[in-house]
Amino acid sequence: MPMALEATGMKKKSNDSAVLDIYLPPERKKIEGGGKPHVVAKNFSIYYGEFEAVKKVNADILSKYVTAIIGPSGCGKSTFLRAINRMNDLIPNCHTTGALMFDGEDVYGKFTDEVLLRKKIGMVFQKPNPFPKSIFDNIAYGPRLHGVKDRKTLEGIVEQSLRKAALWDEVSDRLDKNALGLSGGQQQRLCVARTLAVEPEILLLDEPTSALDPKATAKIEDLIQELRGSYTIMIVTHNMQQASRVSDYTMFFYEGVLVEHAPTAELFTRPKDKMTEDYITGRFS
Amino acid sequence: MNLGTRKLLDRSFTALGFGSIVIMGLALLVVLAPIASKGIGAIVFQGTIEHRKMLLSEFGRGDAEKISKEEASAKEARQKVFDMLATFDQELEQMDFDRQSKYRNSYEQVKSALRGLYGPLPGDTEPALMRFQYGQTRWDKAEEKLHELLYEQKWDYSNPDVIAKPYDVSRAAEFEGTSLVKLFSYVEENLDRMMLPEWTIYWGFITDSSIDAHFFGGIWPEIQGTIFLAIGAMLFAFPLGVIAAIYFTEYARDGFLTSMLRSANSTLAGVPSIVFGLFGLAFFINTMHVSHSKSVLAGSLTLAIMVLPTIIRAAEEAILAVPKTYKEASLSLGSTKWNTIVTVILPAALPGILTGGVISLGRAAGETAPIIFTAAVSVGTAIGIGDVLSSPTPALSWNIYNLASEHEAAAEIRHVQYGMVLSLVTIVLLLNLSAIILRARISKKLKG
Ligand SMILES: Nc1ncnc2c1ncn2[C@@H]1O[C@H](COP(=O)(O)OP(=O)(O)OP(=O)(O)O)[C@@H](O)[C@H]1O
Ligand SMILES: [Mg+2]
Repeated sequence: MPMALEATGMKKKSNDSAVLDIYLPPERKKIEGGGKPHVVAKNFSIYYGEFEAVKKVNADILSKYVTAIIGPSGCGKSTFLRAINRMNDLIPNCHTTGALMFDGEDVYGKFTDEVLLRKKIGMVFQKPNPFPKSIFDNIAYGPRLHGVKDRKTLEGIVEQSLRKAALWDEVSDRLDKNALGLSGGQQQRLCVARTLAVEPEILLLDEPTSALDPKATAKIEDLIQELRGSYTIMIVTHNMQQASRVSDYTMFFYEGVLVEHAPTAELFTRPKDKMTEDYITGRFS
Repeated sequence: MNLGTRKLLDRSFTALGFGSIVIMGLALLVVLAPIASKGIGAIVFQGTIEHRKMLLSEFGRGDAEKISKEEASAKEARQKVFDMLATFDQELEQMDFDRQSKYRNSYEQVKSALRGLYGPLPGDTEPALMRFQYGQTRWDKAEEKLHELLYEQKWDYSNPDVIAKPYDVSRAAEFEGTSLVKLFSYVEENLDRMMLPEWTIYWGFITDSSIDAHFFGGIWPEIQGTIFLAIGAMLFAFPLGVIAAIYFTEYARDGFLTSMLRSANSTLAGVPSIVFGLFGLAFFINTMHVSHSKSVLAGSLTLAIMVLPTIIRAAEEAILAVPKTYKEASLSLGSTKWNTIVTVILPAALPGILTGGVISLGRAAGETAPIIFTAAVSVGTAIGIGDVLSSPTPALSWNIYNLASEHEAAAEIRHVQYGMVLSLVTIVLLLNLSAIILRARISKKLKG
């Protein structure tokens, strides 16, 4: 049973402070066909050499819902997120123990094709990182890679992806222009569109708005709301308002340990753990 | 530090930087200006009737009718000189032995100077070497010959404490009292009538083969050889270097072998080029037998080995300079490592890789030592593209050295040497310029 569901049975804390109330999320609709364990971690640890950056995590990430990952700097949020689509393979001395399952398959299994895995689990990074190519070629990069050659089909995919990423209206007249000419916020939405173009099942977002201004941030947050229900979304954020605004579930990490994993509304109003409470009330960061 | 001092320092540093750039520019000018002006002299010069005659009979170029008219008029002007020589020959016969021997030496010099001007004199046997079959083809050289004719050079040994100095003695004074004395003033006054100088633009210097060891004709075989060798070297070195750089940056694990390979590469970059030349001879020709003896192929391979470290290092740096985020983005989209390299990393690294490539191309075009034993011959005709596997070729770098030091008449054909230097410098500069332009274009495309 997912940890998140256990948390609902918790007793209400007596010392609810007024500060916490502002984090109350808006009413969220239940998603039909969602809520199945999509990514499951079992005693999952990640090491950089000897150093255990993520410690024996047990968690179920539920499909089609948005899960936020919060915690102080250096607590292993990015490490955990990047482990899900094996981006940590790029780091030479990084290895894992325990199990991480995606759709019932071992992510770190001997016969797992990490290239196929990454196609199903897309990622958007902290800093917008479009390729130094045209907007069109950026979006078409993934589909081309996976064998789409027909120009008409590509055009369709590009338009669809840009529409999903709420960028179409802004760039439809300059698809052949270099993507580096876009603003930071547009670049980040382009990166989302580029990821969506490969039709992933999971979208991993590592602090996608930390390099953006408030307006661009709002757009990305709206976008996440749009995409909720179509994709399983995991978002790392330092911004607790953001976590409460966009997510259904929240995971709180502290020094590599998953301290608490609960429905966002629960975690922000009735944190089970003292550490979580201290963190969300801003007693440390 | 207060604001005033800081500004002062700032300003003086700016001045210093600007000054050093100006000095560098001037130095470049001092080096390049003489090369350019003298090198252009190989193409644009005052050619004499002898030049036009030579072009007509050796290359079939020029207006035959006009040339035969000019030849006739020059011959007429020269005839008087020949008559004077004949008269003096008779006069000499009648002199007693002492007087004869007084004039004989100087008279031979006079005749030799006249041969330099007109070609064979009447009564001479037809010379074997083509350079002696024609007179002076260039007006500036003709004027030098005139000086030789008018003055005998003697050496002043009177002061044993200093190095002997040359001084000129007028031949007119020497031959005072003989019939020959009129010859000197006649030749001096009528030289242009006898040589008919005319401003000439001789593009053939670039497109013709040379005749009689660069005495006449152009340097096309050398230019072509240089291009063949440089491009041949790049055909081997560029792909190999880029692949090695990809291996070093993307695939090699940090280990003993990798660090050995890396330091081997750095060491190779510092090896003197003559060592590569000897290596090429020993390895490619004597051991691998890529060709029977010297060949463009062997030279290209040798040059390739020489520039390989430069290409590898430039490509490595260019690849490492590609932001890691591009690679992450590509991989996260489900791209394979190789695909990421080909579609993202290499295009982004292309400006740097190309720069390294073109610099190496320039270096391969300019190096002499590696091709001495493996590819270069002093004089030769342009080879066909099909002969590169087995034939040696002349090349600019080697022939510049050869003309400057080994050619038996180096002083006579300085203009050819300068022309070669200018051609080589131009080729290398053009290559570097194209590298800069190419780089700027690609960078602009990447930046958007
Ligand atoms: N490549 C690496 N090699 C060694 N240690 C690393 C590496 N990357 C991260 N770490 C360490 O692992 C721990 C977790 O890092 P991680 O980047 O996951 O933190 P984070 O929660 O994402 O922090 P932030 O909020 O600052 O992004 C940190 O202590 C960090 O120093
Ligand atoms: Mg992070």
